Amino acid sequence: MNHLDALPPWAAVLVGLLVMLGAGFAFVGSLGLLRLRDFYKRVHAPTLGTTLGAFFMLAGSITCFSVAEGRAIFYEVLIGVFLTLTTPITLMLLVRAALYRNRVEEQQAPAAETRQKPMP
Amino acid sequence: MSHGFLALAIVAAQCLLLLAMACSLMRMVRGPRAQDRVLALDALYVNAMLLLLCIGIRTGSALYVEAGLIIALLGFAGTLAFAKFLLRGEVIE
Repeated sequence: MNHLDALPPWAAVLVGLLVMLGAGFAFVGSLGLLRLRDFYKRVHAPTLGTTLGAFFMLAGSITCFSVAEGRAIFYEVLIGVFLTLTTPITLMLLVRAALYRNRVEEQQAPAAETRQKPMP
Repeated sequence: MSHGFLALAIVAAQCLLLLAMACSLMRMVRGPRAQDRVLALDALYVNAMLLLLCIGIRTGSALYVEAGLIIALLGFAGTLAFAKFLLRGEVIE
């Protein structure tokens, strides 16, 4: 780890904190994906990883490479812009598909059931 | 001291991201319906991208950032295709 030893101490601590925060947020998001009971609740959990987790990890990466090379590098911002643009689109489409599937299933279910909330 | 903390933090972050990938993989295996599996696949893509960024910080090579960009792009396309399939696949049935 030669290039990491060249970082000044404040940058090393900052990068470590940012990386830990990003990974922690991603882990909490995935844990929520595993633990929550309902699909519509579960949709919310991984966005923690795609917003805050990716933000902190990209900030750590930008800090590391900028300090190591001595000039500002904003290469990683591309990933952030792309993630913030694409995540809402995919999740909205997915939720719409889930709503549609639930509705179709409700219609095909035996008519004896009165109007209930669809069990996901 | 601070560099020891940095090395430890990066290894801990990699372990956390591996655990996150395991969680979403478990949801993908267990998920009761198809949309759960697609959602878990999306989360798996994002976690893999973050893991690649972490490895990039550790090795100091900018190539991993490009790999992460490609993973984000292909993951978006894949999840979009799956969602469209879920939306329209049952119309035909």
